[in-house]
Amino acid sequence: MAATEPPTTGPQAPSETLADAALRPVLHAGRRWWLVFGALVALVLIGVAAYATQLVHGLGVTGKNDQVFWALYTTSLVAFIGFSYGGALVSAILRLTGATWRGSVVRIAETTALATLLVGALFPVIHLGHPERVWEFFVTPQFNSPIVWDLVAIATYLLATVVLFGLPLVADMGTLSAHPALGPRRRRLYHVLSFGWRGSHAQRRHLENALTVVAILIVPLAIVVHTVLSYAFSLTSRPGWHSTIFGPYFVIGAIYSGVAVVVLATVLYRRAYHLEGWIPAKVFRNLGYVMVALAIAYGYATFTELTTEGYVSEVADAAVLYTLVLERYAALFWGFVLFGLIVPVVIVVIPRTRTPGWIAFASICVIGAMYVKRFLITVPPLTRPLIGGETATYTPTLVELGVVTGAAAGIGLIVMVVFRLFPVLAVYEIEEIEAQERAEATRIAPPAASPQARA
Amino acid sequence: MLPRRNVLRLAVAGAALVGSGKLLEAFGTLERVSAAHLPPPRRGTEAEPHGHQWVFLIDLRRCDGCGDCTKGCQEMHHLPEEQEWIKVHRLEDTTGGDYFLPVLCQMCERPPCVQVCPVAATFQTPSGPILVDQSTCIGCRMCMAACPYGVRYFNWQEPPDVPEEERHADALLQIPQVRGTVGKCDSCMHASLENLLPACVESCSMEAIWIGDFVTDVATNGRDSVGLSQYMREHDVYRLKEHLGTEPRVYYVAGHGQDLEY
Repeated sequence: MAATEPPTTGPQAPSETLADAALRPVLHAGRRWWLVFGALVALVLIGVAAYATQLVHGLGVTGKNDQVFWALYTTSLVAFIGFSYGGALVSAILRLTGATWRGSVVRIAETTALATLLVGALFPVIHLGHPERVWEFFVTPQFNSPIVWDLVAIATYLLATVVLFGLPLVADMGTLSAHPALGPRRRRLYHVLSFGWRGSHAQRRHLENALTVVAILIVPLAIVVHTVLSYAFSLTSRPGWHSTIFGPYFVIGAIYSGVAVVVLATVLYRRAYHLEGWIPAKVFRNLGYVMVALAIAYGYATFTELTTEGYVSEVADAAVLYTLVLERYAALFWGFVLFGLIVPVVIVVIPRTRTPGWIAFASICVIGAMYVKRFLITVPPLTRPLIGGETATYTPTLVELGVVTGAAAGIGLIVMVVFRLFPVLAVYEIEEIEAQERAEATRIAPPAASPQARA
Repeated sequence: MLPRRNVLRLAVAGAALVGSGKLLEAFGTLERVSAAHLPPPRRGTEAEPHGHQWVFLIDLRRCDGCGDCTKGCQEMHHLPEEQEWIKVHRLEDTTGGDYFLPVLCQMCERPPCVQVCPVAATFQTPSGPILVDQSTCIGCRMCMAACPYGVRYFNWQEPPDVPEEERHADALLQIPQVRGTVGKCDSCMHASLENLLPACVESCSMEAIWIGDFVTDVATNGRDSVGLSQYMREHDVYRLKEHLGTEPRVYYVAGHGQDLEY
């Protein structure tokens, strides 16, 4: 498979420019786009119908009970908001560390971050018994409650993610608003969203500075969000939840699953719109390496958490641990270990499987396994009683599955709509990075030794 | 000082406090909390001229696990069957036998549930009991996560129908329960206004449940009355999950052989 990938970035046909490639999903969606779009709309509608059922009949339509009072919605909240960290990582951390290979995936990363966060941020409301009372948060917010910290953090993070997505887009809008293939409506949209971008030296400098500031801000913000999400669990005295590792554990889990989402979305767009010339295989190898590092970190955190609980085996902790690794939830737990920790590492470590296709498969494993892991964080500790010996059970109902499926489809839908409106490749950033590389190449070697230079 | 206009005091004349009759009068001097407002969460132990500090005492030597307290509570509050605001746990003692542990709201002086509520729908009253204002509860269930005793319940379904004359809507007494909100033992503060005992105390045929007041230093199980502090001293009372530092106001008189960690 690797042999079919062009080795470096470059046009598919000699005449194709970067702008043409970036606008391909905008200009030529294709029949399959409409098929997928239709399917996702159907799933979202199912989700809306499921939620409407819940609104009418109350949370009794879910499988929750007085012991397992948080379940699939809480899992989805943590998982979906976690996915959004992939965008922060690829776009911000890689920018700050000067990783030049990021160029071709930043737009997709920022878009998935926005889409997953928009959908994830719905779950704190979806899981409420009285969603119409959310205004209480604004009237009488109690700042001693982790739930209020959550909302403040998510709202701030959402704002930062919108800025991270929107800022570089301004430059692209300016550059592309005159693209001959665009229709009048998109031209007008691009013109408005370019905010007068002409690409002048001063504008470029301001944009670079602004991007650096946002990149610096979003890293601690993301850490705060995922830590505070973990506090909804760890700031209770419950065995299995009350753990000091939960903050970093959630942060690592978020980046890990987030990178997997970026990989999956990038592979899908690369395949569907033949962007192989612009998104080199090297990007997937590098993201694969990042995933391996994060898999090891997450595995380590899991190991140390279970070991500290298991070795001492206080009665209540041990009960939760056995439920997880030996009893009721053992199949899910070891499934997570296999598909979430072992399989992705093996795929990336073996050179033969270090291809975009295989790494995409690894990312699907990671996304699924990490969703399961969030379920295992939420539910098994709740099944153990706080006093006495009656174990509770939880089975999700069709309503819950419908809502979650609809939400997941909603993420895909948002991404697809965004790339019908905006370029899938970050034209401005790719050109900036290439200009930078050219400048550096000229400084180190004579101009002739710059094979990537493109007019 | 926190806004107190929401809190009406129904002060009943204080009296010399010996005998259960007098205690019942004392129990009547509770504050009434209007459901239309949200008293902010507070630690309610500051001394008040006519204030009371309620406690429960449960004598495990007498409890035979019949569950009358649960039934009495459910009838009084018109609760669905699965909500056992006082739940009688059947536990194993250290010799392999059984014993019974009735668990109601522990009226923690440092209540974790109040601390985590994002909208102050659950709050601590000055005399101890912790209430939920179901007209403002958003149903996030964070308090259920925080409670170490598992005494909070969620109204998943529409509650059982209640005849008009028995309905009551405020944080002090909510009948019927409001779907989509959290419900819990309200320590029957409302009963005190009519000089009645809490439903669990009233319905316990073994007279194992005592209601007491630290301020007046008396306790009654509906038949007898005792000096609270002396009774506690003489009977080696203990509290549940003492190590968590929640400072519960429910004291247990140990029977034989049970595990004090619970």
